[in-house]
Amino acid sequence: MKISIPKEIHDGEKRVATTPEAAAQIIKLGFSVSIESGAGVTADISDDAYRAVGVEIVKTAKTLWKNADIILKVRAPEGIELDLMPNAKTLICFIWPAQNPELMEHLAKKDVTVLAMDSVPRMSRAQKLDALSSMANIAGYRAVIEAAQHFGRFFTGQITAAGKIPPAKILVIGAGVAGLAAIGTAKGMGAIVRAFDTRPEVKEQIESMDAEFLMLDFHDDQDAGGVGGYAKTMSPEFIAAEMELFAQQAKEVDIIITTALIPGRPAPKLITTQMVKSMKAGSVIVDLAAEQGGNCELTQKDDVVVKEGVTIIGYTNLPSRLANQSSQLYATNLRHLLTELTPQKDGIIHVNFDDEVLRGATVIKEGKITWPPPPPTLSAAAAPKAETIIVVKKEPSSFIPAFIKPFIPLLIGGLALLGLGSVAPASFMSHFTVFVLACFIGYQVIWNVSPSLHTPLMSVTNAISGIIVIGALIQVSTPSISMSLLAGMAILIATINITGGFLVTRRMLDMFRK
Amino acid sequence: MSQSLVTMSYIVATILFILSLSGLSNQETARRGNYYGMLGMAIAIGATALSASVTSYVMLIIALTIGGVIGAKAATKVEMTQMPELVAIMHSLVGLAAVLVGYTNFMDTGSLSGVEKSIHEVEIYIGILIGAVTFSGSVIAFGKLSERISGKPLLLPHRHLLNLGLLTLTILLGSWFLSSAETDGGTFPLLLMTIVALAFGIHMVMAIGGADMPVVVSMLNSYSGWAAAATGFMLSNDLLIVTGALVGSSGAILSYIMCRAMNRHFLSVIAGGFGTVSGGEAAEVIGDIQSIEAHETAKLLMEAKTIMIIPGYGMAVAQAQHTVYEMTKFLRSKGKKVGFGIHPVAGRMPGHMNVLLAEAKVPYDIVFEMDEINNDWADVEVSIVIGANDIVNPSALTDPNSPIAGMPVLECWKSDTTIVLKRSMASGYAGVGNPLFVEENTRMLFGDANVMLQGVLKALQA
Repeated sequence: MKISIPKEIHDGEKRVATTPEAAAQIIKLGFSVSIESGAGVTADISDDAYRAVGVEIVKTAKTLWKNADIILKVRAPEGIELDLMPNAKTLICFIWPAQNPELMEHLAKKDVTVLAMDSVPRMSRAQKLDALSSMANIAGYRAVIEAAQHFGRFFTGQITAAGKIPPAKILVIGAGVAGLAAIGTAKGMGAIVRAFDTRPEVKEQIESMDAEFLMLDFHDDQDAGGVGGYAKTMSPEFIAAEMELFAQQAKEVDIIITTALIPGRPAPKLITTQMVKSMKAGSVIVDLAAEQGGNCELTQKDDVVVKEGVTIIGYTNLPSRLANQSSQLYATNLRHLLTELTPQKDGIIHVNFDDEVLRGATVIKEGKITWPPPPPTLSAAAAPKAETIIVVKKEPSSFIPAFIKPFIPLLIGGLALLGLGSVAPASFMSHFTVFVLACFIGYQVIWNVSPSLHTPLMSVTNAISGIIVIGALIQVSTPSISMSLLAGMAILIATINITGGFLVTRRMLDMFRK
Repeated sequence: MSQSLVTMSYIVATILFILSLSGLSNQETARRGNYYGMLGMAIAIGATALSASVTSYVMLIIALTIGGVIGAKAATKVEMTQMPELVAIMHSLVGLAAVLVGYTNFMDTGSLSGVEKSIHEVEIYIGILIGAVTFSGSVIAFGKLSERISGKPLLLPHRHLLNLGLLTLTILLGSWFLSSAETDGGTFPLLLMTIVALAFGIHMVMAIGGADMPVVVSMLNSYSGWAAAATGFMLSNDLLIVTGALVGSSGAILSYIMCRAMNRHFLSVIAGGFGTVSGGEAAEVIGDIQSIEAHETAKLLMEAKTIMIIPGYGMAVAQAQHTVYEMTKFLRSKGKKVGFGIHPVAGRMPGHMNVLLAEAKVPYDIVFEMDEINNDWADVEVSIVIGANDIVNPSALTDPNSPIAGMPVLECWKSDTTIVLKRSMASGYAGVGNPLFVEENTRMLFGDANVMLQGVLKALQA
């Protein structure tokens, strides 16, 4: 099948849906890939780079769309693209079906199959195709960079000859993928980072990044983690306590990065005008929820404004501002999705509805709207409630008291020795003495052998136990032919052991080198 | 050569053997130790050959030459992956030699009488018994190791009763033998006992599964020593007694170490039937497997600074040790810290993996024992499991119903990423017995270990 990647036409969109590396992999799956000329330029990828891995460059968007079996895009189709979309083909991109019902209708009418990258279920198996997470990661990073751009001071603290520089204090609200990426980036730049999240289970993740988790002194019997690892709306009492915490933090911190989102709803307003007023002059707020209305009351979508001396950044295209990086990750996510779609690697996709990942991602199948999917059963964040398993180990009942037990073998051994001593003649006893002492020497010596030399130990003991040859040697010179033959056989066999054992040990030991 | 001189030579030989074994305490002195062993053996054989009891040399020289040539040929031709087989077949030879010496000694009607004669006959009886068990057991072990016989445990019904019966039979035959030996008979019960002992050896090893082979091989090693010691008693020869005791205790300690490494009782291994004794249902493992390709593995390795490789029997099967070393060399040349973690029971005999890695020229100072590294996994970025399963199974520590519960394992899942090389596993939601495979930070690289690693190496060098 033919995969086509058009140039993104959305204003300010710099990403592209595939990179040469990903395209090379897709071609290996049996597809042919073509791309619109110049599609990668804004992400710093030239047409030549694509051509080098075997991607066909198509001059005009029209031809490209017309010949495509599968369209890979970043943004949902818009404007002229809606007309260019061929009937009964496949489209893979971000769709946001909840927010774009007309688009869904339009695509359904064209009998297309649509896989929405934003609808990939959150399960561990689907992580490699979770484009939301990869984009959120980039947004979190970029949010800190944007904040640094508008912040008038260092992030890291320093003591210089010209005086002491205090480190910047940063509050991150919402510790999802973006929040954690922001925490990591800000920590890396030396800032003091605090983070808040309604889901107590992320505390560990926040603390593992060396940030401080702000505890809310509030008890609520409901669990904040919703299905699929996302947050959900909280009770009014909880929100009141939360707002109080933010109001207090706003006075202390220099930078606030908000990432609080609830799926399918406008973003919660967490930073009020009052709080912005209470912040120090020169402070910065980066609102990653600007697309859904913003977490701050004063946020203006797609713009940077200065209100009450505080810079409020409301960019919604942060991933696109790191176009090359986000194209890399997005292209890899798409490539993984295509791998899942083509289990035979024959270049033909199978939208298998038994596969929970593919079922979740498919929002339109051959013109029928299949969104929303049945709720996913496996969730990434909601860990199963730990069950306490108490293993009662039943001791086998014993009539011998435990403290005597270790002495039993000694006792038996001692009795056996006494019994032997009472009947054995003196000549036997001298041999027996030698035997017991030799066992002890063996015990001492062998415990010192390095475990890595256990195989040479076995082969050398093999060779040494060939000493049995002595027994045969003594007997080989008897006049009886049959005995002499038996002894001869024994010599032969034992000699195999001796030479074989020593030589193979030498061979092995010669191989051990530093 | 006078008897005193012979005895003195024997003492020298004994000391040399002890030095030979103690030399194995580290790699530097091991080679010297081996030469001590050779020297000791030469002195012992030379002194015996020159002693008064040896008068005809034709048979002696013929036998020594043929045996020597066969042994040397075997030693130079054997592949390092076949070491367990070689060791097993050599155990069987010691056993056979003990049986032959025992019979020769029995036919030699000496001048003993009374209690001494009885003790001597008991010694012959026991010597042949141990020798025969060692012989047949080792032959079966050889067959299992070289896959001529199925590695699955053969579990006859009432096998414990059967063993007990064979033991009683041996004792009964023994008393028959003693009473008939009084009248210079006894050949028949001795032959019968030999057959019983052979059957016992076969049955014992047949009942043991492939994974328990390290214990069996070291146990047979121990038996071969006891056989030599028993022969020493039979011939009143202290050199044989001492050497046999050294070898016997060496094998016994190795068996103990192997059992401890599997958290199993020695008797339960010998009784056979691995995995049939677990208390309850082991927890089933459910989860998603994340597979990975060779070039992605290479990428992961290039990004990591510390890498730990865990080889298992699968590496030996795939003959991947040379590729592993090529990869290690390359990664080390890029300034990465690469180490090997060896579980005591990895492979089919004690120290098996060390020998394979040494053969591939892996320097031994980057090869670590389990105890040396098991606390440091958190510092490891990528761990690579090559053809190992049980020795990296987390359920040994977490699931009290697991058949391997309590066995110490290499805790590689604590590293940032674990890559597991495995021949196959039905993709998707297979219910596998090792939860490591479905850990979130585990990636499965399916295929023949050698082929896959060559792919990784190529991708690394690209």
